[in-house]
Amino acid sequence: MGNWPLLTIVTFLPLVGAVFLGLVRGDDDVAKRNIRRITLLTTVVTFLLSLLVWARFDPSNAGFQLEEKAEWLKGLFTYHVGVDGISVAFVILTAFLMPFCILASWESIQNRVKEYMIAFLILETLMIGVFTALDLMLFYVFFEAGLIPMFIIIGVWGGPRRVYASIKFFLYTLLGSVLMLIAMLAMYWQAGTSDIPVLLTHDFPGTLQTWAWLAFFASFAVKMPMWPVHTWLPDAHVEAPTAGSVILAGILLKMGGYGFLRFSLPMFPLASEHFAPFVFTLSIVAIIYTSLVALAQEDMKKLIAYSSVAHMGFVTMGIFSMNAAGVQGAVFQMVSHGFVSAALFLCVGVIYDRMHSREIATYGGLVNRMPWYAVAFMVFTMANVGLPGTSGFVGEFLTLLGAYRANTWVAFFAATGVILSACYALWLLARVMNGKLDKPSLAGILDLDWRERIVLIPLVLVTIFYGVYPTPILNASEASVQALVTKAQAAIAAGAKLALVVGAN
Amino acid sequence: MTPDLLPALPEILLAIGALALLMYGVFVGEKSIGTVTWGAVLLLVAAAIAVLAGPKLATTFGGAWVIDPFARFMKVLALGGSAVAVVLAARPSVADRYARFEYPVLVVLATVGMMMMISAGDLISLYLGLELQSLALYVLAAIDRDNLKSTEAGLKYFVLGALSSGLLLYGASLTYGFTGHTGFTDIAAYVKAHGASTGVVFGLVFILAGLTFKISAVPFHMWTPDVYEGSPTPITAFFASAPKVAAFALVIRVTAEAFGPAGHSWQQIIAFVALASMVLGAFAGIGQKNIKRLMAYSSIGHMGYALVGLAAGTAEGVQGVAIYLAIYVVTTLGTFAMILAMRRDGHPVEEIGDLAGLSRSRPLVAAGFALLLFSLAGIPPLAGFFGKLYVFMAAVHAGLIPLAILGVIASVIGAYYYIRIVKVIYFDEPVAGLDPLSIEQSVVFGVASLFVLVFIVFGNGLVTAADAAAKSLF
Repeated sequence: MGNWPLLTIVTFLPLVGAVFLGLVRGDDDVAKRNIRRITLLTTVVTFLLSLLVWARFDPSNAGFQLEEKAEWLKGLFTYHVGVDGISVAFVILTAFLMPFCILASWESIQNRVKEYMIAFLILETLMIGVFTALDLMLFYVFFEAGLIPMFIIIGVWGGPRRVYASIKFFLYTLLGSVLMLIAMLAMYWQAGTSDIPVLLTHDFPGTLQTWAWLAFFASFAVKMPMWPVHTWLPDAHVEAPTAGSVILAGILLKMGGYGFLRFSLPMFPLASEHFAPFVFTLSIVAIIYTSLVALAQEDMKKLIAYSSVAHMGFVTMGIFSMNAAGVQGAVFQMVSHGFVSAALFLCVGVIYDRMHSREIATYGGLVNRMPWYAVAFMVFTMANVGLPGTSGFVGEFLTLLGAYRANTWVAFFAATGVILSACYALWLLARVMNGKLDKPSLAGILDLDWRERIVLIPLVLVTIFYGVYPTPILNASEASVQALVTKAQAAIAAGAKLALVVGAN
Repeated sequence: MTPDLLPALPEILLAIGALALLMYGVFVGEKSIGTVTWGAVLLLVAAAIAVLAGPKLATTFGGAWVIDPFARFMKVLALGGSAVAVVLAARPSVADRYARFEYPVLVVLATVGMMMMISAGDLISLYLGLELQSLALYVLAAIDRDNLKSTEAGLKYFVLGALSSGLLLYGASLTYGFTGHTGFTDIAAYVKAHGASTGVVFGLVFILAGLTFKISAVPFHMWTPDVYEGSPTPITAFFASAPKVAAFALVIRVTAEAFGPAGHSWQQIIAFVALASMVLGAFAGIGQKNIKRLMAYSSIGHMGYALVGLAAGTAEGVQGVAIYLAIYVVTTLGTFAMILAMRRDGHPVEEIGDLAGLSRSRPLVAAGFALLLFSLAGIPPLAGFFGKLYVFMAAVHAGLIPLAILGVIASVIGAYYYIRIVKVIYFDEPVAGLDPLSIEQSVVFGVASLFVLVFIVFGNGLVTAADAAAKSLF
């Protein structure tokens, strides 16, 4: 496969699978089984191909690799894809999580299986596209188009308040993004190109930086989501089917952080520096406030959703600390949260499938009947808390380290969030798992079946593996992050010098 | 001296053809409907071919008639829209008992008017074209003459339309009075040499008032919801497509050609009209239950977006408008094909709620309709997004950033009512199923859905044509 357009294949293979699904006729059990198998096969092959991307990726190279370019719409824009140390991890994360989503929906989704699987495959193409796109407009198209399948997934297969949640999700994220579109157009005219690698070397004037930064912030802060624009997330999470929550927490939220790293920091370094205290403040509020809110939740999914907001607070804090440790920590935290939160939602899905309730009060003492499940749940809870030895620790530690270098107080307040996360996560674990199994409805509950084990065991292994040995991810992103931080710092230093000169005159 | 008739050949063909069809209809009577319908379609297609095969650049009738790439682009679009509107009307008009052979004839005559508007290079030919088109449209709105709503729509349209024609005429006379010319190039030369005096600006404002009525832009939009709802649906589909293109082409010609040198005067008017249309289209559509009324507000909004491109006052902007209009026409016709297909037990239904659960009974149709709606809302990767992209791009380049920002915010608000329909189709429990689509409806609907889906890959041709069209004006 010497000259194959590998990234394009990885990106669009799921779409090809979706087209195949469209050709499957019938609505009986055989058709449903075929549909599930085709989808699983597509996602697994996509994952294997994404590993090939990983294999071909050279971590010592800070630039974009595996690039492909083609003219698009009369040369106004280009179809330009490629990966660097920051995006490659997300491409693989996306491809890695998809098969689990399909397996998690194997039995819980019984009506309109075909549409469901098609929506997920289209979503996969769009998500991978976001991380590989190297053209502003291409990025925007992938970024926005993802709303359509997610809207349908939440609205059709979601819970009782699905309509409200799906429309809120759609309009909220759309409103954030359209402002970014205007900023992109302004950047296009300023720099004369929409090619991201070129834009990364372009010096944008100060005013445009400020406005464009705010516009991009509007989009990514909603997507992330940051306090106070996070309110769509708990609704969307609670109502979405399990696999929808997994994708939402695992990947869609990461697009916000990825956007900050791809656009805000390197393209608008002066504005980023200027607004860093603002982002720090919001991050700290997110970490502390949403942790407290999580503490008060009765619904497991809602609790995990709020904890996601808190964890994303660490990510934004790390990114805007603007040093190598903070940014690397943010990347790692995003990847780690990608599979840890995904796994937690899968865990909730396991017991939801059995009891059809997400209320914490429904459960208690599950460890007595479900030892396998209890172990998995415990590992993920510990990772969520950030226990050393799990992947959650590495990211939190590095972001805190980065924040400490940037501003001690930020690190101080953020560190209290670690304690709070231990409070709500451990309390959740205690209420659901520990104690006596005295609720009669739970007497017959069964432990994980083979399918659920296939889903959860790899995630447990990955969580622990990267907790003990985080080097692969850190290595892959190191060169790119270092280049990004160096460039941003140089721009800020130059900006400061300029300000001094102007001031002296 | 005889004028060169070749540039006007498609129009002559259409006019003679329309009269021949009328004669045939009169002598054969009601039985002629089928023949007249397909004859009209054939005529429109032949005219489109004649436009494409005809000269690329020509003026005749002493400068009153202009052929340029812009005119060709808009004419083909208008002819296509008219042809599809005739095809779509064939079956429903028979089923609902308002089928008359005059319908296709009137559409052809209206199209002749539109083509005159598009080619107008003079205030006189502008007015002739506009009136020919408008008179045919007034009659069409009231064609279901036993239906109270239809006659009311026709009357309303006529009275308000006559008022707007009056405004336009007044503006034209002021312009003539202050510049001494009726030809667009002469007016432009005068304005360039002497500047835009107050009288000329007044003339411009009145002409624009008359024309914004025709494209149903705010503040001259009031007739739209009533006429859209009252007219028989195939006629609404027609109103929403081809006449909009023609009127828009006229707005562009008048502003960019005749008043080009007075750009700053009309740019702010257009910018205001654009903004008001986008905002009103977005907010007023929210409460609608009747899908035709909803489409009326939707079209008001869409005209607003297209005007954003014109407000930029550049070739890029006009290119954006051309792309926007082409996408708008295709999407609108596809949507109306679906609205026409909303029949239950042989009777048309018009409430959005009647679509509930369409995704269960007809998954493919539901998916296509959802694509069209998302495209209307401007969500990538569908065609509607690229239409908006091009006009906003031009606006940002021209420095109209506040307008662009307010525009995209309005598009989010407007997105609500489109996705509400998607919600009804996909999330709601099914009600009694709808009748199957007829062949014409499926073809139009299918082609439109496919178009919005693949535009992202195959949009180059349209972009190139629109580029050539826009360049010919600047």
